[in-house]
Amino acid sequence: MLPTLNGRLQTRIFMLVVFGGIITFLITPVLPDGAPGLPGFDGTYYRITYIILATVLVLGILWELLYHLIQQFRWEKDWPTMFGLITAINEGALVWLLLELGLVPGLPQGLDDGDLPSFFWWAFFIDFSVIWFVIWIWTNGPMRVPFIRWRFQGGRIV
Amino acid sequence: MIEPTAASVVPTTDPNTYLPAQPMPAGDLTDQMLQTDFWTDELVASAGIPIVDVPFVTVGSGIGSFVTVDYLRIAGVPTSQMRVLGTLDHPWQTYEYLTRVSQIPRGERLRSDSASRPDNIWGFPSYGFAEAMRTFNPKLLWQLFSEPIFADYYTPKAGQAFETMEREKNRIGYDEMLVKGLVRIVRRRYGGGYFTILTPPEGASATKRVAFRSQYVHIAVGYPGLKFLPELQRYRTEHNDYRHIVNAYESHEHVYERLLQQPSTVMVRGGGIVASRVLQRLMDDRLLKGAQTNIVHLFRTYYHGTNDGYGNEEDPRPGGGKTRLFMRRRGENGWAYQGFNYPKSVWGGQLKKQVRGLEGEQRAEIYKRMGGTNTPWRKLWQKQMNQGRKEGWYQVLVGTVDDMQPHGERILNQVRTAQGTVPVEVDFVIDCTGLEADIAEHRLLKDLLEHGGASRNPVGRLNVDRNFELIGTRSGNGAMYASGATTLGGYFPGVDTFLGLQVAAQEIYLDLRKRKFCKRIGPVRSTIQWWKWLFGSKP
Ligand SMILES: Cc1cc2nc3c(=O)[nH]c(=O)nc-3n(C[C@H](O)[C@H](O)[C@H](O)COP(=O)(O)OP(=O)(O)OC[C@H]3O[C@@H](n4cnc5c(N)ncnc54)[C@H](O)[C@@H]3O)c2cc1C
Repeated sequence: MLPTLNGRLQTRIFMLVVFGGIITFLITPVLPDGAPGLPGFDGTYYRITYIILATVLVLGILWELLYHLIQQFRWEKDWPTMFGLITAINEGALVWLLLELGLVPGLPQGLDDGDLPSFFWWAFFIDFSVIWFVIWIWTNGPMRVPFIRWRFQGGRIV
Repeated sequence: MIEPTAASVVPTTDPNTYLPAQPMPAGDLTDQMLQTDFWTDELVASAGIPIVDVPFVTVGSGIGSFVTVDYLRIAGVPTSQMRVLGTLDHPWQTYEYLTRVSQIPRGERLRSDSASRPDNIWGFPSYGFAEAMRTFNPKLLWQLFSEPIFADYYTPKAGQAFETMEREKNRIGYDEMLVKGLVRIVRRRYGGGYFTILTPPEGASATKRVAFRSQYVHIAVGYPGLKFLPELQRYRTEHNDYRHIVNAYESHEHVYERLLQQPSTVMVRGGGIVASRVLQRLMDDRLLKGAQTNIVHLFRTYYHGTNDGYGNEEDPRPGGGKTRLFMRRRGENGWAYQGFNYPKSVWGGQLKKQVRGLEGEQRAEIYKRMGGTNTPWRKLWQKQMNQGRKEGWYQVLVGTVDDMQPHGERILNQVRTAQGTVPVEVDFVIDCTGLEADIAEHRLLKDLLEHGGASRNPVGRLNVDRNFELIGTRSGNGAMYASGATTLGGYFPGVDTFLGLQVAAQEIYLDLRKRKFCKRIGPVRSTIQWWKWLFGSKP
């Protein structure tokens, strides 16, 4: 990708809201919840997954500032494809750390104090990786189909 | 003084067809026309030149013309509304000639990004992805994933580019729009729009010229000409020796053939991609076919360590100051390394945005800073050069040539280096410096500068606006655009590349849409059109 700072932020928000929003809706009912069988549509679960999505988005905006700074050291001022995938590691780890520390606001009782059940780690891992992967793939190709100007304007959508 | 046309190595059509009117049969340009900046319909008609009406013409018929009409076809313009004027049978003809002689036959790889696809305005699927799928090659996927950190940038094979362009050319009905001939002149029309005067091939029309009356004109004539280094040109003409001194952009296969038969020394001049290519050919022939070639590689600027367009960090840098922490390029063993011919983000990211906002001096400055001759770092090339250095058959010199004299069958160069002048005797010289001629050496462009209202940008080429309209050439409700190498130095730097031509085509499409010439390619139209592209059905 060849992002500008503005383009980074716009793409980040667009992708997480659209793809993050849709995938979260579809995936939440099938995430592990420690009980036998699928959890199905459950308001509390949705609350958890959407709060995590929002956390990724808010932190992501800060991360983008850092990535933009790193990009300045590159002569080409590009953002290699690989970076777009491996940044999942640092971003995912930070969100998990904040969950462990009980610093993510708005979570229901039992999850808000950092004392997390073990199935929760898997639920988080699956939720986070699936969203990240789909967005990464979409950003590196199909996005150029509906939006022909997007790649020429640094990832800006408007 | 060297005669500029003689120094050009780009294949050009017989210049006689350019000559202004001698006493002529009807249907030719008159002196009165040549002296008039705005032509009336009567003026053209009275000269007996037939007039063809069509809203849009593109001049050149190369890749620039092709990607522009491709965009407009996808934006819903029927073939009947556009004409492509030029001498080429198919858009990649000149390009294929230049790449082939400069040692990129169909099976070798080009120097542009995976998503730079002149046959596909979306750049999706990219060349790399398509190639990986076609050849079931997971290594290519790994390369696309890890470039440029753990792998060289993926670049497509020349053949892949030509084949896919051919498919797209047929899909959009390109041949229905093509009118063969040489464009002699474009003049503004009194009352709006333009007249484009075409000289069709002998016998193709009843009159010597045909006039296309259009509201829009697009100029994509490629290189105005490519020049030799002056001392090489002088030697060639003085000694009538066109065998031992060759330019990489002219056919010079005889050199490689001789080298296979006889141990010889070759001097390669230049530090860009073409030099890399020619070196690869020389080294391949040595390593794989047993040629006993010694190579003397003459650099004018020797890069070592970090650099930018002003030169090495440690050298004196007149006008350049210190290198900037955020704008430093790698260099080593004489070469400045860069994936493509500009830093990648000129085609879409930060540098594109930055240059778009700069004028005059400041724009010229950033062009200079990110410029300079450079070549990609490729594993194979590094390996070959290292072996050559170790075994002593690849030697590097830094300097310029003061004098060249024949010495028996060989050529004696006096090379001025920092340590004084040294004589270097070689059998062949291959010029890979690729100097481009001035735009005024192109008849059509010279006329646009003198009679069409066009002007020069801070780098001396055609001055185009952000939408690629040729500044100063507007005519009533008509507009003239230009793209390609002739527009280097404008608000968008990467003009002379596939992707650059597509960026220009997109800007032109957007402008023409405002003028209601075509439809909007919004998300829905774009997606539908992409599926049509995928299945090969007409746009
Ligand atoms: C060796 C080489 C390698 C390159 N490799 C790459 C690469 O890997 N990737 C990349 O993106 N870019 C590459 N480029 C740059 C660029 O993409 C190509 O040069 C491309 O062909 C430019 O397209 P164009 O339409 O501007 O010029 P052309 O394709 O050359 O077409 C212009 C044509 O206009 C015609 N013409 C000129 N004057 C007139 C006239 N008066 N009337 C009618 N017709 C006229 C000529 O026939 C000319 O061929 C390379 C260039 C060279 C020289």
